[in-house]
Amino acid sequence: MSATEAGTALGAPAPVVTVRVPPRSFRSELRAIKVVWRRELIRFRNERVRIVTSLAQPLLFLFVLGSGLQQLSAASTHGVDLKTFIYPGVLCISVMFTAMFSAASIVWDREFGFLREMMVAPVRRSSIVIGKCFGGATVASLQGVILIALAWTVDVPYSLSLILGVFALQLLLAFSITAFGVMAAARIKQMQSFMGLMQLVVMPMFFISGALFPVTELPGWLAFLNRIDPLTYAVSPMRSIIFGHLDLSKQAEAALNPGITWFGWTVPMALEIFTVFALGMVMLGIAIWEFNSGE
Amino acid sequence: MPAAISVKDLRKSFGDFEAVRGVGFEVEAGEVFGFLGPNGAGKTTTINMLCTLAKPSGGSATVAGFDVVASRDDVRRHIGLVFQDPTLDGYLTAAQNLRLHAELYGVEKGLVAPRMRQVLEMVGLWERRDGQVLTFSGGMRRRLEIARGLMHSPRVLFLDEPTIGLNPQTRNSIWGYIRQLQESEDITIFMTTHYMDEAEFCGRIAIMDHGEIVALDTPEALKEQVGADRIRIETDDDGAAIAAIEARFGLAAGVSEGAVTFAVPDGEEFVPRLFAELGMPIRSVSLSRPTLDDVFMSHTGTTIRDAEESDGGARTKNKFAAQMMGGGGRR
Repeated sequence: MSATEAGTALGAPAPVVTVRVPPRSFRSELRAIKVVWRRELIRFRNERVRIVTSLAQPLLFLFVLGSGLQQLSAASTHGVDLKTFIYPGVLCISVMFTAMFSAASIVWDREFGFLREMMVAPVRRSSIVIGKCFGGATVASLQGVILIALAWTVDVPYSLSLILGVFALQLLLAFSITAFGVMAAARIKQMQSFMGLMQLVVMPMFFISGALFPVTELPGWLAFLNRIDPLTYAVSPMRSIIFGHLDLSKQAEAALNPGITWFGWTVPMALEIFTVFALGMVMLGIAIWEFNSGE
Repeated sequence: MPAAISVKDLRKSFGDFEAVRGVGFEVEAGEVFGFLGPNGAGKTTTINMLCTLAKPSGGSATVAGFDVVASRDDVRRHIGLVFQDPTLDGYLTAAQNLRLHAELYGVEKGLVAPRMRQVLEMVGLWERRDGQVLTFSGGMRRRLEIARGLMHSPRVLFLDEPTIGLNPQTRNSIWGYIRQLQESEDITIFMTTHYMDEAEFCGRIAIMDHGEIVALDTPEALKEQVGADRIRIETDDDGAAIAAIEARFGLAAGVSEGAVTFAVPDGEEFVPRLFAELGMPIRSVSLSRPTLDDVFMSHTGTTIRDAEESDGGARTKNKFAAQMMGGGGRR
């Protein structure tokens, strides 16, 4: 630096700083992942409006729907406030929307050409995709922290294990959803189409997942859809974590958090969480494959 | 010194459409090599193959000594790219864009800051380094793209239409940087353009039309091949002048637009002889040299502008081809 400055100050031509690009190595891949991840954070920080707008929907569900329907459902919730019941679902969707928007930035990057700058770099495409998914997961989890902070408004007591548990699950869900979004974005060339996908896939996923209702005694068709909805496997453990920190009656627990069953067998929480993880890894794999196969 | 770029019978087809039909050439290290031709001639497709963005359908090419198919990564580490369309992140600052590039290319940490300063100062954007790229004008963005392409000291810099859509002043300054680069850095520059006047700045140019190279040489040599310079003289007695030119120099002259006009090789050397030997007064003389327009015309039978206007079909196919390439394709 100082040599360059001195040269310029004297008016003499600055010596040429020649750099050499090293051969590809594990370290250079890590650097690439890190810089793609950091770019997501920088952009998130610059888009304060996005932070606010993506909070709107979860808050509407939580407070408007939660307070409004409380009148109708009070009899059947065994004394649990409806807001408390749907809070775990809202924790999931806030992460989901933010993660999808992060993935959508790939479509923007393509439209504005920046994707090309990343695609021609001498690093593996998988590093770019992994960096992107980590970035989306981090940004969405940061957003989730705001929702965790609202726990007191729905009578959920704070505790370290609750906060850590919820945060970890949000991080995992956000990663899987970003992987899903990136996988979709690999094929989608226009922002409008991506928004269409959000309406067509993400909204139904949310409604079917059981974020707003218990998943027992559903009509057959809905039970089927519920079991194949990946989000179901994130909402259920999230609810278990939250309810684990509440003082609930046996009936309330059984009615409101029955757990997911496969042909009568109750799926353990660990398997639910593993399902989210496994789906995320599969979609990450497909996303990497898609970006590798494009020229 | 080995050639910076070596291309043999390179081909690319999109379905039935042959965008590049077997081109071959060599670019020496340190050269400024230009690809000239109308839109849709196959210039961008060729550059995409050399940059490893498109796989050749046939033939082979090496860039900086590495095969573009077998050693894709090695090629990428040694080239800088400035595309026709912008590829900057508008939400980041100029410095953030360059830093991101340096990270992706694995530039040694301690060299990032001085190298960044050097390339930004070269294109006159050092003072604006913390400005968001969204707020930059078109010319500033192009300059930043060039600076970014140079961040990792590439052996070969590819510039695809670097001055398209820019005003003449910015075009001139970009040419200033390119000449400066050639002097200060150990670099080969490969560029495409469809501006005839810019092609003159290149050391050598290849003229491309319909996927083939129709001519390749220095601008001077190409113009000489077209042949003769055109001389126009005004005299008091055109008829006598025509007869005298015929008698003394054996040249056929005619009257066009009110002046005696004839073609002669090496016009500059001929003019003094003309005055000395014609034996009659000349009121004025003008000499015009062939331009690259004439060169293009002589090889393709059309001017570059006419070629673009009548080539709508080829351009549509080119656009289709770009879409086929997905990821990096132009919309």
